[in-house]
Amino acid sequence: MIISIASGKGGTGKTTIATNLAVSLGGDVQLLDCDVEEPNAYLFIRPEIHETVVINTPVPEVDMKKCNLCGKCQDICQFKAIVIMSKTVLPFSELCHSCGGCMRVCPENAITETGREIGVIERGSRNGLEFVHGKLRVGEAMSPPLIRKVREYARPGAMTIIDAPPGTSCPVIAAMKGADFVLLVTEPTPFGMHDLKLAVGAVKILNIPCGLVISRSDMGDDRVREYAEGLRMPILMEIPFDRKIAEAYSRGEMLVKVMPEWKERFLNLHHRIAEILSQTPTQNNHQESRKRDVL
Amino acid sequence: MKELIVISGKGGTGKTSLLAAFASLAKGMVLCDADVDAADLHLIMDPRIVERHDFESGHTAVINPDMCTQCGLCQVMCKWNAISEAFIVDPIACEGCGVCYYFCPEKAIAFPQDTCGEWFLSDTRFGPMAHARLGIAEENSGKLVSLIRRQGKLLAEKKNLDLLLTDGPPGIGCPVIASLGGATAALIVTEPTISGRHDMERVAELVAFFRVPAMVCVNKYDLNPEMGQAIEAYTKEKNMTVLGSIPFDPVFTKAMVQGKTVIEYDPHSDGALAVKNIWEDLARHLGL
Repeated sequence: MIISIASGKGGTGKTTIATNLAVSLGGDVQLLDCDVEEPNAYLFIRPEIHETVVINTPVPEVDMKKCNLCGKCQDICQFKAIVIMSKTVLPFSELCHSCGGCMRVCPENAITETGREIGVIERGSRNGLEFVHGKLRVGEAMSPPLIRKVREYARPGAMTIIDAPPGTSCPVIAAMKGADFVLLVTEPTPFGMHDLKLAVGAVKILNIPCGLVISRSDMGDDRVREYAEGLRMPILMEIPFDRKIAEAYSRGEMLVKVMPEWKERFLNLHHRIAEILSQTPTQNNHQESRKRDVL
Repeated sequence: MKELIVISGKGGTGKTSLLAAFASLAKGMVLCDADVDAADLHLIMDPRIVERHDFESGHTAVINPDMCTQCGLCQVMCKWNAISEAFIVDPIACEGCGVCYYFCPEKAIAFPQDTCGEWFLSDTRFGPMAHARLGIAEENSGKLVSLIRRQGKLLAEKKNLDLLLTDGPPGIGCPVIASLGGATAALIVTEPTISGRHDMERVAELVAFFRVPAMVCVNKYDLNPEMGQAIEAYTKEKNMTVLGSIPFDPVFTKAMVQGKTVIEYDPHSDGALAVKNIWEDLARHLGL
C-alpha cells in the first residue's frame, strides 16, 4: 500500500507525520522522501546509508562531423534546449526534458545520449525501517525525474510512505500519482485553508481517496474544519500547538520518542486509513473505473 | 530599480507574513507574488484586479480516434507513459515534448497550446501588485514566475516606483531558480530547527550560485536559540548578512486570520517590533 503525505502549503508538518507514522508501524515499512528539493526526513530518521546512486537524465550530444545543420533537432525541441548557432549546434543541457526527440529526428544519426546529473538517491535503514530519499543537485531545475526515480524503490507488498514536496504543480503530482491514499496536512489558517483547496483539487484530478491531518489545530479559525466537513473529507488526526513538540522538532527529535503516547495515535491514524480503503474500491478497480471515465 | 526576493528553502517559515508586513512599512513599492504554485499573498493584500490575462505555455498532445490506426508508435516513443492502451493521452502525464505529434504517420495527433493559469495586475492598499494563479497540476511554473517578475518591473516603471518586493516559492527547483536571476538581493527567512537550517543552507548555496547577495533572518528564534545562533554563525561564515530575528509570536497567525499584516493588526506586539527593526536594517542595506 502506498500512502502519500502531501500539503499545498509548506511547513504544515508533512515530514513530522510521514516520519512518525513510518516508525510507529511495525513490519515491512519503507519511507520514501520525495521532497527532493529539500529532503528533511533523514534528519529525524537518521538512517544508516548503505547505497548512494548518482542519477542522470539523458541529454543530447552532437557529433559535428556527422551534423549537416539541417535544423530538425531545433524544430522538434519544445524546450529550446538545442539550438543552431551559425555553424554549430548548441545543446542547452539544463533546459532538456530528455524526451529523445532530437535523437530520433536526426537524419544523420549525429546525436547521441549523454547524461546530466540531476541528483543522488541514498538508501539506508534504521531499526528495520527501509529509507530512501532523493537529493536534487543544487542548481538543477527539474525535480520530477528524480522523484520518479525515488518512487521506483517502492516495493509491492510493502507499506510505502511517501513524503511529498509542497505545492500543487508537477513535483507534487509526481509524488502522489499512483498512491492508494493521500494524507493531506494543513494548519487551520487562511493560508492553510487556501492551499488545502488547491491540494484537494490535485488529489481529485488523480482520483485518489484522501483524508486530512490538522496541525497546530488550536491556532487559527474553524474554516478548515467546516470545509472538510462540507466535502465529507475525514479529519483523521489533529495535533494542537505544543511548545514541547515544536522544540523537540527543532532538535530533530521524533514526536513518538519525546511523547510516546503519540505512537498509539499514529497507529490509529493508520488503522483509520486502512478502514477507509477497505470501504473504497481497490487501486486496480479504481484505475479501471478511471479508464472507463476517460472512455 | 531594486528587487528584493524573499525565499526560504523550507516552506512555512513565515515568508509571506513577513513580506506583507514589509509592504505596510515600505513607501512606494510594487508587490509581486512569485509563489505561483500556492500563492497566498493576495489573502492579506485583498487585491482589486485591474487586468486579468491567461497564462499560455506549453502544449499537450491529443489523439484523434477517427484518424488513429493504433499502430502503437506513439506509445513506444513516449517517455512519460502518457498514452494509454486505448490510445488516449493522459494530460497530467504528458510532458508536452511533441514527439508523438511529430512522428505519428497518420498525422492523427494534435498539439494545442495549454492555458495553464492566469496572471493579474492589481491595486492594493499598499500599492500595485502583480500576481498569478497556476492551474492545479500544471507545469511551467518557472515561466510564470519569470513573467510575473517582468510584469512587476513594468508596473514599477510605469508608476515610477523604485522597489519590487517579491514573495518567492519554497524549495530550490525551477520556480526558485526563475525567481533569483537579476534580483538585487535575496532575503532567506528560516526557522531555528534542524530542517530550517538544512534547507536554508541548500537555498543559500543556490543563491550564491546566481551571485545574488543574501541576507538571513531567523523567525521563531526563541524556539531554539542555540540553533538560531548556529544559523547566524553559518550565515556569517558564508559572507551573508545576518538580518536580525523574530520571536515566536501568535500575533502573526491572528493577523493572518483577520486578513491584516502584523503591523496593521498590532504594531506594538513583539512580532511587529521585530519586523520593524528588520525592515529598517533591510532598507539601509538596499540603500532605500
